[in-house]
Amino acid sequence: MTVQAAGGRQGVDWLRRRSLLMEVGIVALVALFLMFIVPLLLSGFRLNLMGRFLALAIAALGIDLIWGFTGLLSLGHGVFFALGGYALAMHMKLQIPATASSQLPEFMDLYGVTELPWFWRPFDSFPFAAIALMLIPGLMAGLLGYLVFRSRIRGVYFSILTQAMTIIFFNFFNGQQKLINGTNGLTGFKTILGATVSDAGTQRSIYLATILLLVAAYAVCRWLTSGRFGRLLMALRDDESRARFTGYNPTGFKVLVFAVSGALAGLAGAMFTLQSGIISPKAMDIAFSIEMVIWVAVGGRATLVGAVLGALVVNFGKSLLSEKFPDFWLFFLGGLFLGVVMFLPDGIVGLIRTQGVEWFRNLTGRSKQLSTYPSLEEDPEAQYERKNIDDRKSDG
Amino acid sequence: MFASILDGIFNGLSIGSILLLAALGLAIVFGLMGVINMAHGELMMLGAYTTVVVQNAFKGIGGPLFELYIFFALIAAFLVAALVGLALERGVIRYLYGRPLETLLATWGVSLILQQFVRSVSWVMVFGLILFSLLFFGGQWLLKRRADFESVQKWIVAALLPLSIGISLAASTFLGQTYKLAVTKPWFGAQNQDVTAPSWLRGGIPIGNFQLPSTRLFIMILTIGCVVGVYWFLNCTKWGLRIRAVTQNRNMSACLGIPTRKVDAITFAIGSGLAGVAGCGLSLLGSVGPNTGQNYIVNTFMVVVVGGVGKLIGTVVGAMAIGIADYVIGTGILGNLTNNPALKEVFAFFATTSMAKVMVFALIILFLQFRPAGLFPQKGRTVDA
Amino acid sequence: MTRLFGRRKFMVYGSAALGASMLLKACASPSAPTDPAASPAEGSPAASPAASGDTIKVGILHSLSGTMAISEKSVVDSTQLAIDEINTAGGIMGKQIQAIVEDGASDWPTFAEKAKKLIEQDEVVVVFGCWTSASRKAVLPVFEEKNHMLYYPVQYEGQECSKNIFYTGAAPNQQIEPSVDWLLENKGKDFFLVGSDYVFPRTANTIIKAQLAAKGGKTLGEDYLPLGNTEVAPIIAKIKAALPNGGVIYNTLNGDSNVAFFKQMQGAGLTAEKYPTMSVSVAEEEVQAIGKEYLLKQYAAWNYFMTVETPENKKFVDAFKAKFGESRVTNDPMEAGYISVNIWKQAVEKAGGAGTPTDLEKVREAAYGQEFAAPEGPVKMLPNHHISKTVRIGEVRDDGLFEIVYSTPAPVDPIPWNQYVTETKGFSCDWTKTGVDNPGKFKT
Repeated sequence: MTVQAAGGRQGVDWLRRRSLLMEVGIVALVALFLMFIVPLLLSGFRLNLMGRFLALAIAALGIDLIWGFTGLLSLGHGVFFALGGYALAMHMKLQIPATASSQLPEFMDLYGVTELPWFWRPFDSFPFAAIALMLIPGLMAGLLGYLVFRSRIRGVYFSILTQAMTIIFFNFFNGQQKLINGTNGLTGFKTILGATVSDAGTQRSIYLATILLLVAAYAVCRWLTSGRFGRLLMALRDDESRARFTGYNPTGFKVLVFAVSGALAGLAGAMFTLQSGIISPKAMDIAFSIEMVIWVAVGGRATLVGAVLGALVVNFGKSLLSEKFPDFWLFFLGGLFLGVVMFLPDGIVGLIRTQGVEWFRNLTGRSKQLSTYPSLEEDPEAQYERKNIDDRKSDG
Repeated sequence: MFASILDGIFNGLSIGSILLLAALGLAIVFGLMGVINMAHGELMMLGAYTTVVVQNAFKGIGGPLFELYIFFALIAAFLVAALVGLALERGVIRYLYGRPLETLLATWGVSLILQQFVRSVSWVMVFGLILFSLLFFGGQWLLKRRADFESVQKWIVAALLPLSIGISLAASTFLGQTYKLAVTKPWFGAQNQDVTAPSWLRGGIPIGNFQLPSTRLFIMILTIGCVVGVYWFLNCTKWGLRIRAVTQNRNMSACLGIPTRKVDAITFAIGSGLAGVAGCGLSLLGSVGPNTGQNYIVNTFMVVVVGGVGKLIGTVVGAMAIGIADYVIGTGILGNLTNNPALKEVFAFFATTSMAKVMVFALIILFLQFRPAGLFPQKGRTVDA
Repeated sequence: MTRLFGRRKFMVYGSAALGASMLLKACASPSAPTDPAASPAEGSPAASPAASGDTIKVGILHSLSGTMAISEKSVVDSTQLAIDEINTAGGIMGKQIQAIVEDGASDWPTFAEKAKKLIEQDEVVVVFGCWTSASRKAVLPVFEEKNHMLYYPVQYEGQECSKNIFYTGAAPNQQIEPSVDWLLENKGKDFFLVGSDYVFPRTANTIIKAQLAAKGGKTLGEDYLPLGNTEVAPIIAKIKAALPNGGVIYNTLNGDSNVAFFKQMQGAGLTAEKYPTMSVSVAEEEVQAIGKEYLLKQYAAWNYFMTVETPENKKFVDAFKAKFGESRVTNDPMEAGYISVNIWKQAVEKAGGAGTPTDLEKVREAAYGQEFAAPEGPVKMLPNHHISKTVRIGEVRDDGLFEIVYSTPAPVDPIPWNQYVTETKGFSCDWTKTGVDNPGKFKT
């Protein structure tokens, strides 16, 4: 930073533009790699998993936005995930060939529903469904956020309330058998935009679309968190009262960011549903919502790359481990929660940033990077004080 | 009419007292440390499993003593849960003070481990765990005598950890291969366990057309006992005084020489012990299985949210309010009170057990608009209070 | 507030905790092989030659973790028992069966994922599995897309007849309808329906209501509890209000709610004499978990009870106890899991091979008409992919098992599309039928 300050305004701009370009380049490279190289390496089944997990990574970005950057721990994102999934699933359930004997989704016939319920109708159009799958969860999150943040509820209270919300939505969706098929959820999708869903080619396009959407979501989050807005979010996270005293009203910002996060979860739910072929109230399970948080924790909070990475690592780990040791997945998962919180508070990305750089320097034989006053680094007393000051800060 | 009113009051209070019993420990811990213990439900589950073990032991003895097993089970459940709670506090939570959200995640991890633990615990597993602790901690204890222990500790841990895991794994595998089912059979397995109330708790006390179930009466009495006990402990003992002091102002208490760490540990142990007692009591009414704890957590959290932090009375009133609301809405009594057909329809829509929960949650959110800090908030001058 | 512990101490305890948790996972069941593929063949020589030449791979897909593990674990046990028995007897046409167990984790998308994995990655020739209707509905598209084969071992609500699923549990007309008839005849006409809030109880209750209306009974109320909910006071109050002088309770509650329901019924004075209760999800294992004192004299309807007196059942129970421990009990879905494997085996033998995709079609067709002397008595696979079964009603007795108080004289043929529900009245299913649009559902 000091260098940049010395370089003057133009220098800053140039440096910033260069790093931005580099980031765009890296993201594009990774995306291209995922799009064209990965399908060659993985079997069809694993590729489908990859697609699903990339969809989950979108939700992880949303969680990172509110937890990593704004400090709000939501344990209810499963609800928004499911709402997005349902929105798209309802659209697909309405893709009934005109020749079919009944123009209703087949479960309605079974339960004696003779007319399409009013709220199903608009989902017949794809543009509506495509907007709704982000808008509905977004609005829902916004509404809940407004009610909660308005009365200055935060911290653990907020987490508990979001958790209770999952149960409520679960009960509601679970009980409405005639309207949305209750526990069984929506499944057995045939076509989307005229293409057969289960077809290999379609799945391939969905996979590509997921990657593009993930990149887009990444860009949105990056944009939100880098500028003034992002700094404000972090201020709210670190000391909301102080931010309030400097004249900001946090409610609006928190509502907005919670809504964006909910919308991202909805998008993730829709893409996940497309690839897994089912959406049911089970997605509103408490356990699933909390698992989403651990993806971000594993990857590294407040780093967008970490969220994506965490979602992929944890889910592939889960998939492989539960194949090998089906009985003991819960032990692994529980250990992961404990381990990450206690030893890796900054996640994988954090570890690479701090330890990794040092190790790399050690390996290449270069000496430790020294800060401005080398003598301070050697002075045990200064070290001790610095450590204690750090500790006190993190305690507050 | 009289019977149905009595029935309503009794059932509402009874549901409320179950919630209260389950939430009591949680509320105390939350009040003191600001920590939400997601493993609270699992501590209740451990209490319930302790009841199963005690019951089976007394079945062996048989005779009239069996009728009294529940009292021994209560004590045992308190002790087991309190010990596990203490271990949890010492081993995990105390490193995370001041980071409530991380604590929440870590205790969720603990709850997952405990759930799977009761599913798959067997002699081999216990043996392996003990062997591992002996090797790992014993090894460190031995090596601590070296003068340069501090400087090489990292390496010692790095070497000792895989070594002790490897040895205990190999030993328990060997044991499992040699003795087969006798040692590898899970103690409990994934199935639900049966807890049968002693015969004097199984019937009910008839009042006219209506019958008061004994187990529910017992739980109400147990709840009253626990609340009175906690009240007495907090207000009439030395440690209670300290707990209250730390709850009100941690830094000031520390300055005055109160060992806040010890206070935390004791409170956490007592809170966990109360969860154990709750688990024991609830095993008379509900199921005992690996999922038992999960069924209660959200409701107990709601009690804490509604009741507010740091006052026992808030928890009591919060639990009763939720319990009565749940019952009144769920049975559709409200529909009988009004003549407005539209309202009647609304009440009828919510008059199933599932939908009543939806309504109660909406009411809680509404309530928090007016009293964001709960019924009886702590008064203070900080911005955050 | 300052931290009183050093970073080092933290490291030590921390790594100990991590180590302990790793150890927990690892040594909880040392006998569990690292490769699940080898597990069923423990004690039989077939596990090691993994070459596909002399083994037949099958998949077992049930929840081993999560809320459904309580029920599904024991079906895995009985399925493996059947596979073991076949392997020790020399396998199928000289080939050993190799079972690959996958965990559905009580999560429906996971079920779909694992089904795909079993079919694509492991190339199994058949899958035995699923418990809840939701999990079956989740895997159904996978099996239909791959034109593969699933054996489903649990009694269910019917209203389905897929070409790719064989249903070895009861259809409603093999469990619910006969039990309602029996209740109407012996126990009274006033019914209260309680159930868990999901598809089976809701469909079952639709059927029961239609049946009662047709046969002169009365439905005086119904209520649903969320899955896992144990607060039953409101339901008990509703029952008392609806049936002040006693009546029949028809119970389709599932899992934990059952325990709470029966424990609290007794306290509230709903005795078995005044309020006889018929349950369709309470089997031997559940009786053990609820406590037999609470269930004495209550009824359950199933096709199989552990107390069925057939030589096949004695053999089944003995073999099961020898393998899994003396205290274990057997129940209906476990027996259905056992039947599944055996019917499939017979079909493979008739078709003369199970290895290639073309064989799959042959095996499916060979399954029609297969008869098997099951523990519950003779069963037969019909062209509608369901099996004929004897229907029984049991009364809980002192030792926690069932006294069989009624059983149909002969096996009842299954009717998947329910004839009491208006929407499916008149439909039937026959996969050997030609000349109709959809042999799975056509009007007769």
